[in-house]
Amino acid sequence: MTTIILAIVIGGAFGLVLDRIGATNPKYALKMLALTNLHLMKTILLAIGVAAVAMFAGQMAGLIDVGHMSVKSAYLGVFIGGLMLGVGWAVTGYCPGTGLSAAATGRKDALFFIAGGLLGAAAYMVSYSWVKSTGILADMFGGKATVAAVPGADYPALFAGLPGDIVGIVLGLGFIAIAFALPNKFVSSGSMHGTAVPAE
Amino acid sequence: MTLSWKTGGILLGLVFLAAVLLVKPIGVSTQFVIADGIIADVINPDFITETEEGYTSTNAYMAKSGGKYAKNASNPLNYSFVFVLAMMAGAAISSFLRGGVKGGEKTMPNIWRENFGDSALKRFAVSFAGGFIIVFGARLAGGCSSGHMMSGMMQTSISGYMFTLGAFGAGIPIAMMLYKKSEG
Repeated sequence: MTTIILAIVIGGAFGLVLDRIGATNPKYALKMLALTNLHLMKTILLAIGVAAVAMFAGQMAGLIDVGHMSVKSAYLGVFIGGLMLGVGWAVTGYCPGTGLSAAATGRKDALFFIAGGLLGAAAYMVSYSWVKSTGILADMFGGKATVAAVPGADYPALFAGLPGDIVGIVLGLGFIAIAFALPNKFVSSGSMHGTAVPAE
Repeated sequence: MTLSWKTGGILLGLVFLAAVLLVKPIGVSTQFVIADGIIADVINPDFITETEEGYTSTNAYMAKSGGKYAKNASNPLNYSFVFVLAMMAGAAISSFLRGGVKGGEKTMPNIWRENFGDSALKRFAVSFAGGFIIVFGARLAGGCSSGHMMSGMMQTSISGYMFTLGAFGAGIPIAMMLYKKSEG
């Protein structure tokens, strides 16, 4: 029962924040990818950085259970799947979490996104054995690998000699620094067509 | 109306932190499989079966990793599935409180209309196809923007970096080509 209450509280907070940062509006994801408004990219980079620094600092202080980490396997399909998601993301402005949330805010096109997603998941379920036979699901970098060795966990590390918690904090600070350093946009919207539409 | 990137980024980071502090890292795309499993098991009750060791399925993907997906589809009141339903409820409440999505924006975002015109059918068809390739890709990758990109990179997962490289590597050039017009 406790886990269900946690699911409701954390899930609810996640949906609320997704909506308030603009992630349920495809405009922000599309303009982020078109590099015409980096608001969402700065938000995401800062979030990853804050979460990483706090999590690894919390682990070092003994406040956060290392066992709650869950590192996913690295294999060629991760990159290929990322490419596929990137194609759909750049066309629709949705990804799985934001598409579901957008539908909940009343966007009808997101309902079609969900229907397509359910069919895509079913297609993967049906083709899983074949996909596996191609070898693209075979582990790379030792499988559930991290950048450096996280104390208290037995994940294989790309740099096994480095302390994973300190590296995690440094990388987290790096994400935060990039969030601050990024401009609000790289490309002026409308400029490619020579229109006089002011950006933002 | 939309939070500044500083406030929004800190709040979003705290949600991801709370998840890993209290339960486990956030992920979403697996629940499309669970939803399919629930539907398939209603249509064909033999799709998921309970065994002495747990659950299994006639589908190899559903049965993998000791039948954990089969188990969750048989018991939808589990953390990860309820999490996603709560996420949708949270977004709905937040949107309602700030006045909701209005008018033509409900059918398609204005940035789409500016670039591809007013046909709802076109936007719906593309959204459906996009959903298909996105969730197929996310399942092939073993996670999506939540599980790989955010939860993954915050944990210094190599897989998180691989996924993000792919998603932005494909997403940026395509969006730059497609969405040349965008005013606000």
